[in-house]
Amino acid sequence: MNITLNGDARAIPDGLSVEGLLAHLGIQSKKVAVERNLEIVPKSAFAATQIADGDRMEIVHFIGGG
Amino acid sequence: MNKIDTTTDSFVVAGQRFTSRLLVGTGKYKDFEETARAIDASGAEIVTVAVRRVNLSDPSQPMLVDFVDPKKYTYLPNTAGCYTADDAVRTLRLAREAGGWNLVKLEVLGDQKTLYPNIVETLKAAEALIKDKFDVMVYCTDDPIMCKRLEEIGCCAIMPLAAPIGSGLGIQNPVSIRIIVEQAKVPVLVDAGVGTASDAAIAMELGCDGVLMNTAIAAAKDPIKMARAMKLAVEGGRLAYLAGRMPRKMYADPSSPLAGLI
Repeated sequence: MNITLNGDARAIPDGLSVEGLLAHLGIQSKKVAVERNLEIVPKSAFAATQIADGDRMEIVHFIGGG
Repeated sequence: MNKIDTTTDSFVVAGQRFTSRLLVGTGKYKDFEETARAIDASGAEIVTVAVRRVNLSDPSQPMLVDFVDPKKYTYLPNTAGCYTADDAVRTLRLAREAGGWNLVKLEVLGDQKTLYPNIVETLKAAEALIKDKFDVMVYCTDDPIMCKRLEEIGCCAIMPLAAPIGSGLGIQNPVSIRIIVEQAKVPVLVDAGVGTASDAAIAMELGCDGVLMNTAIAAAKDPIKMARAMKLAVEGGRLAYLAGRMPRKMYADPSSPLAGLI
């Protein structure tokens, strides 16, 4: 299925949860926060939240800043 | 206050006690190693961090949290780069989810050239965040009326600029900073514009509870040395403030007694 991931169009396998998406991307889930269609996905809901075709996902983390 | 002791001198923000009055940013360093060493030399307990998209092309590259331990330092997520209240609130909700804490630094900018705060949007964002149970340390203009307003709506620290972000111009408006300090019941920290150690000392001598800086350390030729200079300047300025400076006089007053002069 096709989603928008951090602003870019991206094809991902069907049936992924947020947890599955992070694993698919090689991202450690404890270091990031995830937004799905402008709604925060709590870490506790990563496994239960299914991604749907057309979703807009944002994955962010902390970087150096002032 | 009779005892002046930097080992017990501390300030409280949103119920948390901190002994270092120097808060530092984590941006603009050569690499994460230098970031970590500079923070260590500064003695800071609170470090500001930005929230950005993960680099998906190389998710295994080192991350800030691998070098600056969030268990050792209090991460203060900021909203740098946000120009609307909505963007700032959205960013900090993500930050809270990423980190798991409520203490945040709100800054809503109004202009790319000056990076001056947009106070209308800042107020709007602060109200929304406080309603959503955030503890908001707010970056703002050095306008005493707006600072008072931000305190009244529930911000836990007021952080007026000394000069534009990254300018290194020092305290441009000491009178306003002093008025803001005198009227506030929450901590006041100078945030942005400090260039060198004397600027930080002046902020502290004016009675500020702390100073937040990034570029002054990161852009120094030797950031580690400057981090230590800033630590000493903040401590020196604080002690001078607590000690109470002598009055200014127009004319000289000899330090040696005149009695017994041959």
